[in-house]
Amino acid sequence: MLGKGLLGVYLSVLVLLPVAALLAKSGTGGASQFWREISSPEAVAAIKLTLIVSAIVVAINAVFGTIIAWVLVRDEFPGKKIVNALIDLPFALPTIVAGVVLLALYGKGSPVGINVAFTRTAIALALLFVTLPFVVRSVQPVLHELDVSMEEAAESLGAGPLTVLRRIVLPSLTPAIISGVALSFARAVGEFGSLVLITGNLPFKTEVGSVYVFGQIQNENLPAAAAVSVVLLAAALVVLAALTLLSRRRSKHVL
Amino acid sequence: MSSSASGSLALSPAPAGRAAPGRDGQRADRALRARKYGVRTVALGYLALLLLAPVAMIFYRTFEHGLTPVFDAIGEPNAQHAFWLSLEIVAISVPLNTIFGIGMALLLERGRFKGKALLGLLIDLPFAISPVVIGLALVLAYGKTGWLGDWLAENGIQVIFSVPGMVIATAIVSLPFVARETIPVLRELGTDAEQAASTLGASGWQTFWRITLPGIRWGVVYGVVLTTARALGEFGAVSIVSGRIEGETQTLPLFVQARFENFDVTGAYTAAVVLALLAFATLVLMNLLTRRTRADTAA
Repeated sequence: MLGKGLLGVYLSVLVLLPVAALLAKSGTGGASQFWREISSPEAVAAIKLTLIVSAIVVAINAVFGTIIAWVLVRDEFPGKKIVNALIDLPFALPTIVAGVVLLALYGKGSPVGINVAFTRTAIALALLFVTLPFVVRSVQPVLHELDVSMEEAAESLGAGPLTVLRRIVLPSLTPAIISGVALSFARAVGEFGSLVLITGNLPFKTEVGSVYVFGQIQNENLPAAAAVSVVLLAAALVVLAALTLLSRRRSKHVL
Repeated sequence: MSSSASGSLALSPAPAGRAAPGRDGQRADRALRARKYGVRTVALGYLALLLLAPVAMIFYRTFEHGLTPVFDAIGEPNAQHAFWLSLEIVAISVPLNTIFGIGMALLLERGRFKGKALLGLLIDLPFAISPVVIGLALVLAYGKTGWLGDWLAENGIQVIFSVPGMVIATAIVSLPFVARETIPVLRELGTDAEQAASTLGASGWQTFWRITLPGIRWGVVYGVVLTTARALGEFGAVSIVSGRIEGETQTLPLFVQARFENFDVTGAYTAAVVLALLAFATLVLMNLLTRRTRADTAA
C-alpha cells in the first residue's frame, strides 16, 4: 500500500504534473491563441520540416534496417558478432556526441571533402544515425523465427528471388518493419541533441521543431514553446498509435 | 557444389526446370553468391559510412597530436567539474529509477487494479516526448513562474537552474528502462515459486528478497545499464533546466556543446571521446548480460 503511494508520488512529480503544466500553458489563451502560436510562419516551417525529414528518414530506415537485419540473421561472415553489437551504439552514445562525431567526418574541414554542416542533409544524416537500431532490432527476431522451408518450397516451384522476397519474406516481416518505423518516427520528431551543433539552427532552413521550441524558451516566449511542443507530442503519439494498430492488424492477417 | 544448391536439390526430388547440375546449376550458384555478397556489401557499407567511419574519425582527431593535449584537456577544472557533476546526477537518478522501476514492473505484471493500462502508458510516455519538451514541462511546473514556483521559493527550494531539476530531468528521460526490461523476465519467472513461498509462511518482503529478486536480477541489471547510459548522455532536457553555467551546472554533454561552439575543439573532442568510451563499455556489458540471461532462462 505504502509502495503504491510512493510510486504514485514519484510518477506525479516526474511525469503527470509537468505534462499537465505543459498542456495548461499551451491552452491558457484559448484555442485562438494556440492557433496563432502554431501558425506563425517560423513555427509552421519548423513543424513541416520536422515531419518531412522524419518521414524520409524512416523510409530509408525501413529499407536499410531490413537489409541489415537480413545480413545479421541469414549471412555468415567473420566479425558478425561485433557488427551485431555495434548496432546498439547509437542508443548508448550520447546524442551530442553523435552530432560531434558526424561533424568530424562530414562537417567543415572534412577529410573526405564532404561538408553537409548547416544543411537539411545534415538533419537527415543525424536522424538516420540516432534511429538506426529501431528497425534492425524489431525485424531481427522475426527473421530469426521465420521458417526457411517456405522460401525453399517457393524456390523449388520455380519462384525467382524477387518473387520469394515479395510474396514470402516481406509479408511476414511487414508488422515488425512497421513497428520499428513507428518508434523511429517518434524519436526523429523529438530529436534534439544530435541536431544542435549540426544544423546551425537557421530559421526557415534548418530549424526543426525541437530546436524552435528551445529557441522560444531562450526568448522566454513560453506560450509559443508550449503550443509547438504539444503539436510535436501529438504528432509522435498519433503516428505511434496508428502504426502500432496497423502492425497488429497486419500480424493477425499473416497468422 | 555449394551446400545451398545441393540442399535445395535434396528437398525437391523433381526440380521443375531449375538448377539442374551442370552449367545451369553453376550459373544459378554464381548468381546466388553474387546476390549474397551484394546484400552484405550494401549493409556493411551503410553501417561503415553512417556509424563506424565517423566514430573512428573522432578518435583519430582527438589523438592526432599525441596524448599531452588530451591529458591537459581532461585535467582542466571545468572539465573535471562537468565529469563529476554528471556522475553525481547519475548516482542519484539511476538508483531512484531502479527502485521505482522494479516497483512499477511488479505492479504492472503482478498487480490487479483499475487504470493498469494507463500506468503502462504513463511509464512509456518519456520515450515519445522530446527531451526539449520535457525540459519545458519541468520549467512550467517547477520554475519561477511555474505552478509550484511560489511554494518552492517560500520554502527555499530551487529546482530549476540547479541540481535537483537536473536530477529530475535525467530521471524522466531514463524512467522506462528498468520497468520495461524487468516485466518480460517477471512474466517468464511465473508465480509458482512465489505462491509456494507464501504458502510456507514467508512474508511479502521475504518472498520478494528470496524468490522474486534473485529471479529477475539479470533483467534488472540490464535495465540499469541502459538507464545509466541514457542518464549519462542526456542533453536536451538537462540543457533547459540547468541554465548551463560553466563550472556549476554544466554536465559532460553540455560541456561538449559549449566547447565545440567556442572553437575549443580539443576540449570538445576529448570529452566526447570519454563519453564514447563509456558508451562502448555499455555495449560490452549489454552483450555479456544478454548471454547471461539466456544461460539463466535455459537452465
